[in-house]
Amino acid sequence: MQQTARLELLAELNADARHLAGGGTNYQIALPAMHCGNCIATIESGLSPMPGIEKVRANLSLKQVSVTLAPGNDNLQPVLSKLETLGFSPQSLGAAARTGKDEVLTRLLRSLAVAGFAAANIMLLSVPVWTGASGTTEQLFHYLSALIAVPTVAYAGRPFFVSAVQALKHGRVNMDVPISLGVILATLMSFYESFIGGGHAYFDAAVSLLFFLLIGRVLDHMMRSKARAAASRLAALSAKGGMVVEGAGRLTYLPLDGIKPGMILRVMAGERVPVDGTVVEGASDVDRALVTGESAPISIVTGAAVEAGTLNLTGAVDIKATRSADQSFLAEITQMMAAAEHGRSAYMQLSDRMARAYAPVVHILAATTFIGWMIWTRGGFHESLTAAVSVLIITCPCALGLAVPVAHVVSADRLFAAGILMKDGSALERMAAIDEIAYDKTGTLTTGEPIIKAMQIPLGEPVEVAKALASRSIHPAARALAKALAPYATAAVSDLHEVPGHGVEAMAHGRKARLGRLSWVAEIASTNMSAKETGVAFALEDGPLYCCTLSESLRLGSNSLPKLQSLIMSGDGPVQVDAIAHAVGISETHAGLKPGDKLALLQQKAAEGHHVLMVGDGLNDAPALAAAYVSMAPSSASDVGRMAADFVFTRDDLSAIGYAHEVALKTGRIVKQNFGLAIVYNIFAVPLAMAGQLNPLIAAVAMSTSSIIVVVNSLRLHLVKP
Amino acid sequence: MNGILFLIPVALGLGLLGLFGFLWSLASGQYDDLEGAAVRVLDDEGPSKTDAY
Repeated sequence: MQQTARLELLAELNADARHLAGGGTNYQIALPAMHCGNCIATIESGLSPMPGIEKVRANLSLKQVSVTLAPGNDNLQPVLSKLETLGFSPQSLGAAARTGKDEVLTRLLRSLAVAGFAAANIMLLSVPVWTGASGTTEQLFHYLSALIAVPTVAYAGRPFFVSAVQALKHGRVNMDVPISLGVILATLMSFYESFIGGGHAYFDAAVSLLFFLLIGRVLDHMMRSKARAAASRLAALSAKGGMVVEGAGRLTYLPLDGIKPGMILRVMAGERVPVDGTVVEGASDVDRALVTGESAPISIVTGAAVEAGTLNLTGAVDIKATRSADQSFLAEITQMMAAAEHGRSAYMQLSDRMARAYAPVVHILAATTFIGWMIWTRGGFHESLTAAVSVLIITCPCALGLAVPVAHVVSADRLFAAGILMKDGSALERMAAIDEIAYDKTGTLTTGEPIIKAMQIPLGEPVEVAKALASRSIHPAARALAKALAPYATAAVSDLHEVPGHGVEAMAHGRKARLGRLSWVAEIASTNMSAKETGVAFALEDGPLYCCTLSESLRLGSNSLPKLQSLIMSGDGPVQVDAIAHAVGISETHAGLKPGDKLALLQQKAAEGHHVLMVGDGLNDAPALAAAYVSMAPSSASDVGRMAADFVFTRDDLSAIGYAHEVALKTGRIVKQNFGLAIVYNIFAVPLAMAGQLNPLIAAVAMSTSSIIVVVNSLRLHLVKP
Repeated sequence: MNGILFLIPVALGLGLLGLFGFLWSLASGQYDDLEGAAVRVLDDEGPSKTDAY
């Protein structure tokens, strides 16, 4: 691991460390490579014997290890080195997973457990009443039920009450409003009925309703945190700080916000440029694919400007920071994203739209029942109130509350199994409504790694020397060549070194060999070519010049994209864009777009009434990903891109887009069926309640049955084939 | 009737026992790593500096 990266990691781990009461320090280290039971044993038995370590505990579900250093020991370096030698490259948890234990989930699980206990025991007390217990026994059982139900509703109902109050405060109505109202009224009325000895005690209905709804909440929450944790585990790409060159050539690591304009930074080959700047010393090639969408690396020399996030490929350069991190290109993108996301937050989830229609209908029905009964019984307040409240109880949207989350959880599970992570349920609803797809080119339709299209290097010595040179460089062209030459032997070469901005040079059997830029390689060759400056060239001293042409490699599955109207938007030149568009069969192309242009194009499409799915990966796509109706990014995307996208697909295969769309459509259908089932149940139950014929047995049976039907219907989503 | 007076506290007591058992296991972190627990049992060597559960 490079020194800068290690220092960054240490700084981050230290920032997140917990200092325990006994004097020890606890660190949480992410190990993405952990995947089996053997890994647990390797890590724990590898770290435990080290001195100064108090406790080691590997967690396979979260793919992280918890290390507690003994009091007095604050050096984590040996632990990181040991992990590295064991084959698990350590990482920090990342912002999303940093909160540690999931407090919300623990609270929900506690509520669920309490509600489950109460529901089971109240049901136990209710069955004798339904089957004919009367008199003192009935009275006693009602008191006991009240004793269990009232504290349970107060405790386990909190998630719903809090959410309902929040919504009402903002002048909105969500599904939790009728839920809270139904549960609270049912409990209060049952409490009153128990004491006057009436028969309308709905404690069982109220508590089992809470139990079912809490199951939905817990599942929903687990789905989200699973997707979030998985997304944040993907390797971090952006620089989090930089090496500052101080007087007398001393290097100091500074975090991103400590870097001020005017400072000189050293960026090694293989690192990302932390802030915008200009090159003051050295030369190199940089890969701007994630930043601008250009597919071919460009060479930089003294005086050239580089943007934050650009990857330095071949040589160390010193750059002078021109802007601090909070004003850099990255920050501009972030601002654009914030503005774009603001526009999208107007989307209202299906369940909230349903609640907005459902709540008034239910409340009007209850009011009508009350007034109707008052007229019918000439002022019989008690009967009228009982009938009105029983309408509210029976319409309490238990099945409606489960209709959406259960379907979303099952779908999220399907998508997860296919390597697609979903941020939240509303993304699925939006995905089902798309009518157009916008693709980014570099890194999305293509893999971002070029492949060798044509190669003329003859077998024997030239190929073997070329391979030796190619395998030493991290320049994408050299890497592609090394991959293409993998089957051949490697020649022994000496004095191998990289000439930044030009290529690699070495001595082979007393002859100089060069691999790299055409004009530079031609200097030592016996022949010259006036070909254009593309691809990568190779020559042995006084030998002929060989040229390899590169092309972008398409991602797997790019020939089976969904059959929807599609377009390509790219920051790359029109020639490259058209070549790829032709290969994947998309006719509408937009080349040479800046981040703002992509955003504008999507906003124009949205204004025309299109629902566009944006698929992109780069920093330059991030505003567009945030602005699009729904968005998707490969896991190779920039940090910012992944954060902005609704879906992240982790397999190198574009068929994920079609599959996600198919699952979304299917989920939409199931959710609508669930709503239909819930409404059919209400059509039968509500007239009964309005007529005052509802009794606790009917309420309990009807509610449980409708919930179970909805859950079973949602489970059919498991049948969608990938 | 006497039987009921005796049985109901027993039933509720057992229920509460289960409830507190679950809440305790939740608080002590037994649900933090569901996948790991399943494979740990296959490890022949006993736990060294790690907690045992």
